[in-house]
Amino acid sequence: MTTAATTHEQMIIFEDVSKFYGEILGVNRVNLSIAHGITSLVGPNGSGKTTLMNLMTGLLRPSRGRISILGTSPDDPEKLFRKVAYCSQFDTFPRGVTGREFIEFYLSVHGYARGEVRDLTQTALERVSMQEAADRSVAGYSKGMRQRIRLAQSIAHNPSVLILDEPLNGLDPMARAEIIRLFRQLADEGLYLILSSHILHEVDMMSDSVVLLHNGYVVAEGDVHGVRDEIEEHPMQILIRCDRPQFLAARLFDHEYTVEARIHDDRQGLFVKTRRADDFYLLFNRLVTENNLQIESIAPADDDLNAVYQYLISSDGGRVR
Amino acid sequence: MSSTIEAREKIVTAKKTIGANASWSLWARQTIAILRLELRKNFLTSRALLLYVLAGLPLVMLAVLGVFPPPSSEFQNFGELSIVYAAIYGGLILRTLVFFGCAWVFMNLFRGEVVDRSLHYYFLAPVRREVLVVGKYLSGLLTTILLFSVSTLGSLILLYFWRFPSQSAQYFFSGPGLGQALTYFGITLLACVGYGAVFLIIGLFFRNPIIPALLIYGWEWINFLLPPLLKKLSVIHYLHSLAPVPVSEGPFAVLAEPTPAWISVPSLFVFTLLVLALASLHIRRMEISYAID
Repeated sequence: MTTAATTHEQMIIFEDVSKFYGEILGVNRVNLSIAHGITSLVGPNGSGKTTLMNLMTGLLRPSRGRISILGTSPDDPEKLFRKVAYCSQFDTFPRGVTGREFIEFYLSVHGYARGEVRDLTQTALERVSMQEAADRSVAGYSKGMRQRIRLAQSIAHNPSVLILDEPLNGLDPMARAEIIRLFRQLADEGLYLILSSHILHEVDMMSDSVVLLHNGYVVAEGDVHGVRDEIEEHPMQILIRCDRPQFLAARLFDHEYTVEARIHDDRQGLFVKTRRADDFYLLFNRLVTENNLQIESIAPADDDLNAVYQYLISSDGGRVR
Repeated sequence: MSSTIEAREKIVTAKKTIGANASWSLWARQTIAILRLELRKNFLTSRALLLYVLAGLPLVMLAVLGVFPPPSSEFQNFGELSIVYAAIYGGLILRTLVFFGCAWVFMNLFRGEVVDRSLHYYFLAPVRREVLVVGKYLSGLLTTILLFSVSTLGSLILLYFWRFPSQSAQYFFSGPGLGQALTYFGITLLACVGYGAVFLIIGLFFRNPIIPALLIYGWEWINFLLPPLLKKLSVIHYLHSLAPVPVSEGPFAVLAEPTPAWISVPSLFVFTLLVLALASLHIRRMEISYAID
């Protein structure tokens, strides 16, 4: 009982959560348990990413099911937002405020004393490198600056859970790298970071785990490579550069889990599809050692999030075990 | 790195302080914080322009009448000025300017933020929604009371003192003038309380609050034609009952006994409290979906 309660207070939990907008499906029958670290919600527009985030923060109420954020219900904003922050996708601000005032106003609504508000604001501004522009009107900010000042406002009260909807939108490459570094640092400090993004490459780089959404359903969850391994019906693709590709292809074909082995156009490598990656790698190691093959490189060709996502949502999509 | 740790320690200390001071003192601090932010929005953004125009209109009008007095005897005769002011106050200031001023301020407290897509910042703060309703309502109340008290008292002073300074001084400091001025001020205050509550709730429940506001405006205007029972379903009836100088409402007016102050004043406050409770219930369940709005 104690262990279950402790787990409940250490996780973000969705239990059979559905949300309908009238007759339109937002998300359906979502069951998730999110641990600390960076978790990315991935999916195209309308897949339910923002709905999930809005449900987590009480901006929307579930039509069915239950949500618990580290043991607190989203229906209790007074408790919830002491430990949770949400940087939403709405690129809007109260009228006529500067960046600093924007952060200070909402910190004062938390109930902090004036001096604390000033210190926390300054620290948040420093974390997103916005000190210099802080006293300018938000109306004159670029999109990237607005994104950063909203991020500063979110992290200013030092939440345990930080939810970010498309946080890298509008940032230039340098700012992206800087913000990703900040996310990584926050995750290393023990924060729960939940973010959505369309930029799969970046999600792939920074996420500890992913939740793949399509048409309001969770189609897969877990760490990126684990999710890839779970897809039974899509053989894993591996590109091998070596000195005797034809020999290797012939040997690999002796085994049932090799679906395809195609020689590369330059005859310096081959492209293999296998249903059982672990068995394949064992066999491959044995063949290389026994036959003294010269291997230049070996790399999975579809072990990234983009490929996984395409498999999952394609019409003949993969089946997850 | 050490500054980050230091900052974290400060936050932890601050959070502990907040935790220790939870409930009333915290809610009071949060209400004041909301009040400050909202007052700034009410007075210092482009939305405030209409308010300044409405509040300044009777002052400008009476200043012009002071420079170019009309030939009618009411304006020339000091004894008639109390009736002239009662007509200006009842017809222009109370029924139109305070009404539309309150409509503008209170309907925008929530609806304006939905239109601006900034309400979620409040919903994402650790603040009870009831505190938010109270903070916003108080900000609207302070704004309208401040502006329309200036209109009420300023126009009274302009009307009397511009052309009859010595008689006016005697009227206000040795006669009934001061009492009347304070009563008008009180009526304006109560109007802001009552209309504020009405428009706060309209702004919460209607996506386009202009139409219900105009319907209420019509209802308030035809109040003099309504039978006594229906008169009581309006704000203006209770406010008129308090007027220090009664004004004729014309030959078609249906006469009704004015409601005594000991009923009309508490009634307005009770009505306001009920409306705030309803608004709080609504806002507790409110979802934010700007795309739909």
